[in-house]
Amino acid sequence: MWFLRMIELRHIAKHFQVGEQTVAALDDISLRINDGEYLAIMGASGSGKSTLMNILGLLDRASSGEYLLDGVNVAELNEVQRTRLRSEKIGFVFQSYHLISRLTARENIELPMMLAGMPVKLRNKKLDEVLEKLDLQDRAGHSPNQLSGGQRQRVAIGRAIIMKPNILLADEPTGNLDSKSGQTVTNLLESLNAEGITLIVVTHDQAMGARSNRQLHMFDGHVKQQASS
Amino acid sequence: MRLADIITFSSHVLIRQRFRTIVLWVAIAIGVVAINLLTALGEGAKSYVLSEFSLLGRHTLIVLPGKKETTGGMPSFTGESPRALTLKDAQAISRLSGVKTIAPLVVGQIEVSYAGKLREAMVMGSSQRFFELRHLDLAQGQTLPERDLFKAEAVCVIGKTLHKELFSAQPALGEWVRLGDSRFRVIGVLKDAGTSFGLDMGDVIIIPVVSAQTLFNVEGLFRLFIDVRFFQQLNNVKQKIVELLKERHEGEEDVTVISQDAMLSSVQGILDTLTYAVMGIASISMLVAGVLIMNMMMITVSQRRKEIGLLKAMGATARLVRNLFLYEAALIAVIAGVSGWLFSHLLLWLANSYFDDIQFHSPWWAQLASILLAIGLAMLFAWLPAKQAASLTPLDALQSKHGR
Repeated sequence: MWFLRMIELRHIAKHFQVGEQTVAALDDISLRINDGEYLAIMGASGSGKSTLMNILGLLDRASSGEYLLDGVNVAELNEVQRTRLRSEKIGFVFQSYHLISRLTARENIELPMMLAGMPVKLRNKKLDEVLEKLDLQDRAGHSPNQLSGGQRQRVAIGRAIIMKPNILLADEPTGNLDSKSGQTVTNLLESLNAEGITLIVVTHDQAMGARSNRQLHMFDGHVKQQASS
Repeated sequence: MRLADIITFSSHVLIRQRFRTIVLWVAIAIGVVAINLLTALGEGAKSYVLSEFSLLGRHTLIVLPGKKETTGGMPSFTGESPRALTLKDAQAISRLSGVKTIAPLVVGQIEVSYAGKLREAMVMGSSQRFFELRHLDLAQGQTLPERDLFKAEAVCVIGKTLHKELFSAQPALGEWVRLGDSRFRVIGVLKDAGTSFGLDMGDVIIIPVVSAQTLFNVEGLFRLFIDVRFFQQLNNVKQKIVELLKERHEGEEDVTVISQDAMLSSVQGILDTLTYAVMGIASISMLVAGVLIMNMMMITVSQRRKEIGLLKAMGATARLVRNLFLYEAALIAVIAGVSGWLFSHLLLWLANSYFDDIQFHSPWWAQLASILLAIGLAMLFAWLPAKQAASLTPLDALQSKHGR
């Protein structure tokens, strides 16, 4: 049962101009996501789930409609305010990890804290906690290309949660992983949700979707069906 | 983001992109070395020339026959002009109040021989006072005798090189040498006095001024050196000399009177301009390095689009992204600038150990400017690529097909 409304979308639309044609990637999406919820966004390629994810993550702006994040209408914010809100409230996990290859696993996880100008002592304390939680202590000094896919995704999750965001957005987090590693990552994400993080996952994986609190099925930019588990 | 973190982050980039870093490093360092070496060359030449012109002392005035303003060039080198500067002029000047010492000078080239050995030498005709004025010390014997200016005498003081070449290890004092058709008795040998006005003082023969006039068959003087009693009187005495000679030369102002300070400031002005000019030329190499930085930075922005997107997604503002690229350029410029500066000092040290007569030292302002210019130009040329990186939206950057 959730009572606090973290995210509210009202009649969100996103249009792209392709030549002289206007293509609607999202059309009249209204959605509420509560604090601590685990939502799976599912659908075929081109259904608009990634566009919705980008708008939810403040990486893109809606063409019309309202997006309230923790009560703040994000359309009214300038780019610096959006950046600040994003760094405070949202963590990202990408399908292709997006780790910086010249940095070690530990340095990749440390990056958001560096960007925020956090003191070194506090950074080290938080790093030790997260590395232990992700069971990556013995891989901390390795560069991403010395890690397996599952380990890389755990590093990416560590980077996403190090700033203790309210929302974790994961775009196909198990898409590049074998089933065993995928299972580990899924369990990890669920445990984070159990600790209170609002988890929004874009996935093709039916099994992963089935383990969420709610599934949002998209088709041609519309919400086709919502189902609670 | 803290400065220490920005430096650490930029260092990682520089280490990872080694080839790019080395190319930029070398390009910037060459610019810094060029500025330091060329200004050192200019300054070396300047101090060499100035030291040559500083031998007289600040109390000394030089009178040259001919007027610079009327002839449009430097006064005659030979001392011959429509109205020559004469020994009588010198005598009249010596009576002016404020004049302490006066030394006339006549110069000429002549064949000198001794015991079958023959060579060309520069003859300077002057007086005993000349030795004081030019700070010429003797290794042996005595200076020219202190006699009436108008009295000729067949005595000479010879330079050290000449002494060695004509007499080898034999004693020279009291010996007779032949200058052209005349014979002169050696009464003194100069100590090694280096060069003066481009003349090797080891290679000269100094004889009484009237003897020199007779030898070269001239009436006019080449120069007249005058020492004033007090430095404060310099301009006053200068004016008096001009007026006296104008009166003596039928109302025509046909001499040039210069002081060492005026001469030095004129020469220094020219040499300073030369130093600035060579620094400007050297700065062109820095500009080339700047264009290289811009090119390399544009490539790196294109290669790191995904990283830029990631940083922005994680909370880096456009300003921070721009600063990261600018600091990266500044960091390589600092490293290259300092190493270029050190390398140029090594080269100057080698040059200074090789050359005795001329010392090369880059002035402090050129050293500072070379490093600041390197940093400034690196940041200036990195500005456009940095701005490009900052203007990328996180989504466009993350979805880019290029970059990593």
